[in-house]
Amino acid sequence: MSKLITRRSVMAAGAVGAVGTLTTLPISMVRLAFGGTRDDFTFTYISDAHIQQIKGASFVRNWDQGLKRAVAEANLMTPESDFVMFGGDLAQLGKREELDHGGEILSRLKGKLYCVMGEHDYYFDLGEYWSKLYGPHYYSFDHKGVHFVVLNSILTSDEWTFRRWPSAEQRMLEMAGLDNPNGSPFMVGDKQRAWLKQDLAKVSTDTPLVVFSHSPLQKIYKGWNFWTDDAEDVQALLAPYKSANVVYGHVHQIQYNQIGNIAFNSVMSTAWPWPYPQSYAQADSHIPVLTVPMNRADPFFERDATGWQLIDVGSGRVAARYQLWDNEPRTVAFDQKLGRPVDLAYQEPTRRKVPQTHY
Amino acid sequence: MRRFATALTLGVSVIALAAIMNAAVADEFTKTEVDRWQQQFESVIKDGRALWTSGALGTNGVACAQCHPNAANTHPETYPKFQKQFGKVAQLFEMVNWCIVNPLQGKALPADDPKMTAIISYVTHERRGLKLTPGTH
Repeated sequence: MSKLITRRSVMAAGAVGAVGTLTTLPISMVRLAFGGTRDDFTFTYISDAHIQQIKGASFVRNWDQGLKRAVAEANLMTPESDFVMFGGDLAQLGKREELDHGGEILSRLKGKLYCVMGEHDYYFDLGEYWSKLYGPHYYSFDHKGVHFVVLNSILTSDEWTFRRWPSAEQRMLEMAGLDNPNGSPFMVGDKQRAWLKQDLAKVSTDTPLVVFSHSPLQKIYKGWNFWTDDAEDVQALLAPYKSANVVYGHVHQIQYNQIGNIAFNSVMSTAWPWPYPQSYAQADSHIPVLTVPMNRADPFFERDATGWQLIDVGSGRVAARYQLWDNEPRTVAFDQKLGRPVDLAYQEPTRRKVPQTHY
Repeated sequence: MRRFATALTLGVSVIALAAIMNAAVADEFTKTEVDRWQQQFESVIKDGRALWTSGALGTNGVACAQCHPNAANTHPETYPKFQKQFGKVAQLFEMVNWCIVNPLQGKALPADDPKMTAIISYVTHERRGLKLTPGTH
């Protein structure tokens, strides 16, 4: 048992603070390393910064502050995490100025940075400038026995992308509005799914698999594009893996779910929170029933319901430690016995705080 | 008692019959009036939605819809209510102005500004059909 107590596990337990002491599930249960072939490790996940240019060299201060704070805090963690993921939507309107300004803030991060494409990075120049900064739109890598895949899940039909809009600016603006009925459902697409199939062909189904996407690789609410249109086809490729995990951004809120072998975790935005789709009275949504929602954000605290994450994959499964500013941290970790992610403090209804009603 | 009830039923039936036979009673609205009513409201909602999504109310380009898609989490049906952040019972327009001044870095609107009317109309329209619960969180 003592072998499991690493510097990192001590750090991670410290990071969850009071929540760690409330847990129903011993931290060790979700951190069992298998076979001793893999080191335990943690990575940092920062997402949805939405850096927004006002004009010239001035940018929306509020969103800048979120990203700067996440970077500063991530840099202060000891021991350092193994690498950093940025989960997409670095820019608000895909402008070079926004990607450069955001990129400058991200460049202060210690450690290797991997980036995911978001729709706000993509629909101005179809990811061309983003690619100059961060490389291919989709790729994979291996780290300490875990296979990581990064997908560009925010593509849509050729008709919408190439033929519907008179200008690149217009196309970007139409996709940037979350609730805009002129938008179009996200998809991974045939080409990338064929690539994924080929990429996974060389990976044993016993290997823990973590897939990063911007949009949820599951269908939650189409009206706000909490949605990937070919989610089932992507899930079918991940299904054979004993420990398949999907981590996604875009939704600016805590969500988690389990579909077959695939565990899903969302990450927070550093910029602003979004209401849960069920708070929109005029439509139905399919928020996963497992998810214990966050409390309603208090707008008077600028950073409430935003934050960043430390993620470990020690068990082959994702444990996401949400660093929530102006709010209590939460940890959502895979429960091996139940076979699904649980909130370590609040999953049991009796342990929840008096819920705030979502409107 | 029974006789009274019978008489009442008969009376009601006579009135109902009269109403069917003579539909043109006072205070009916013409189709033109109803259409105008509807059209006026819809056009203000449309203005409200345009303001909500455009960033025109502020100075930094931030739009209401960035945090509140479909005006979600604005809960107009709970106003007026005590807001601890204001330290008083506030109306919805005061909260709208708070957002215009802070996240949007703009200038507060008078309560009866047509833009404010448009915003309130849009927000309330998105919550149509829900029970009024003034004063609640």
